Amino acid sequence: MEVTREDVLRCAKLTNLSLQEEELEPMREAMTQLLNQAERLNALPLEDVEPTTHGLQLALSRRSDEVRPWFTQEEALANAPRQDLGHFVVPKVL
Amino acid sequence: MVPCPLIEWRDGLESGDLSPTFLALRCLDRMDLFEERLNAIVFRDPDMTLSVARSAEERLTRRERSPMLGIPLVLKDNLNWRGTPARNGSRIGGSYMSPYNATVVQRLLAAGAIPLAKANMDEFAMGSSGEHSVSGPTRNPWDLTRVPGGSSSGSIVSVAAGYAPFALGTDTGGSVRLPASFCNVTALRPTYGVLSRFGVTAMASSLDQVGPLAANAQDLAIGFSVMVGRDPLDSTSVDLPNADRLKDLQAGSLKGLRVGLPREYFGDGIDPGVRSVLGTAIQRLASEGAELVEVSLPNTAYAIETYYLICTSEVSSNMSRFDGVRYGLRKDADSLNGMISETRDLGFGPEVKRRILLGAFCLSKGYYDAYYLKALKARTLITRDFTEAFRKVNVLLTPVSPTVAFKIGAKTEAPMAMYMADIFTVTTSLAALPCLSIPAGFAAPADDPSKSLPVGMQLIGPPLSDVKLLEWAHAFQLLTDHHRKTPPLAS
Repeated sequence: MEVTREDVLRCAKLTNLSLQEEELEPMREAMTQLLNQAERLNALPLEDVEPTTHGLQLALSRRSDEVRPWFTQEEALANAPRQDLGHFVVPKVL
Repeated sequence: MVPCPLIEWRDGLESGDLSPTFLALRCLDRMDLFEERLNAIVFRDPDMTLSVARSAEERLTRRERSPMLGIPLVLKDNLNWRGTPARNGSRIGGSYMSPYNATVVQRLLAAGAIPLAKANMDEFAMGSSGEHSVSGPTRNPWDLTRVPGGSSSGSIVSVAAGYAPFALGTDTGGSVRLPASFCNVTALRPTYGVLSRFGVTAMASSLDQVGPLAANAQDLAIGFSVMVGRDPLDSTSVDLPNADRLKDLQAGSLKGLRVGLPREYFGDGIDPGVRSVLGTAIQRLASEGAELVEVSLPNTAYAIETYYLICTSEVSSNMSRFDGVRYGLRKDADSLNGMISETRDLGFGPEVKRRILLGAFCLSKGYYDAYYLKALKARTLITRDFTEAFRKVNVLLTPVSPTVAFKIGAKTEAPMAMYMADIFTVTTSLAALPCLSIPAGFAAPADDPSKSLPVGMQLIGPPLSDVKLLEWAHAFQLLTDHHRKTPPLAS
């Protein structure tokens, strides 16, 4: 598996990362190396094996659906890099 | 002398011979002495700490008794502690201040424990050395030219250097166990779900666990005891059987204990010094009547690859919440997408970016089956290996790491070499098993025969056997004194 420059740019776009030019080649090399190494898994007999998403297969616990105190609007906005009139402010979208 | 004997301090607090304020000041003074050299702490607010100490004092005066009342501790910087920063070792944390407490922090505060500081860590808990932090590398108190191990580097060093008798880290693939092994600390990765993840910055959600740390198993169990119990705010949380035995931990019986030695963990590639220390520890257990059983975990050979495919996939999803909109760093740009992508480029370090990109690749169209799904299936085989082994034995014993602490800078340019440092710890994370790293002795590093550095051993139990593991570890620590040794830090 040879990861291409385009693969890196595609993944960067998918994950909203605007990489600097000098970051691209080291990332490409590292991804290639790690994916090549991961191909060792091809040696395993996995056809009839069920995937495990969580190691401990217990039923998820539940809680009653009740209103409880949580952040005020002020607290929720307290960490916003920019805010105005009780809203998070971002660059114009439309 | 152990600098922070938790049980002695608790007894002193209860008898009135010690006060929480005195202990908190003592811990803060010790940080002043060593922090310039160790760089384990990223935030502290002595006024806030002393105010919590005064309220603990009032509770003690009212004759209230609780195992952690008045005991100082340190928190990893990925745990929310209301009114303090949680930058996760990352530039993207910006000026974020936690507006709430993580459940584990809330429970410690309710029990009267006294948080002293937030601890340095590898950025977003991604790293095995403690070098990948926006606040700079943490140093190993046993040898300042070496890494302390990561990612819970600052938390472990806080206990090793005697800043506090108890600390919290987190463990996704070995992040409390590896540094505990490198710094002579006792660390638990609980069964997945035993400690709530609410308020802990998510890295890889199916693997992340909060990990308590202390100088020994008995101290660790005391802090652990006030945090366990199902949390309505974490649907994956579970109750821990026998939790009532934690507050006054007794030694488990080693006689007849069936100790499994997985042959895949004792193969080539382990430093001779580490092998020799483990051999001595194993013989010590045998001399107490433990039965040694060789077992096989054949899929161990595939664990590192399985782990990093799953971990990076989950990372790429979890890291999407850092977008410069609601908290943390923002780099202004003309468009919304430009603002988000430039903020993330500026804010994340190279290891985080590498994992986000690799994870996105594994999850993307055309590659999902070949990488992510395959890793989930391999995870099933790795978990089955353990299930089979626990039919024959009560506990598994392995090294925590093939080597002692390595030099700062030795692995920073080689991601694969860094991932391999976790070779003996990722398997249990994948299988959601409880495991302890406890001091087993000292060995010379391959690059410097004149040094003597800590070696940890790992005890692994079946799901929800956390209390028993601690009891066996306590039994081992009654027979040995490795955990009492402290680093050569001259003041």
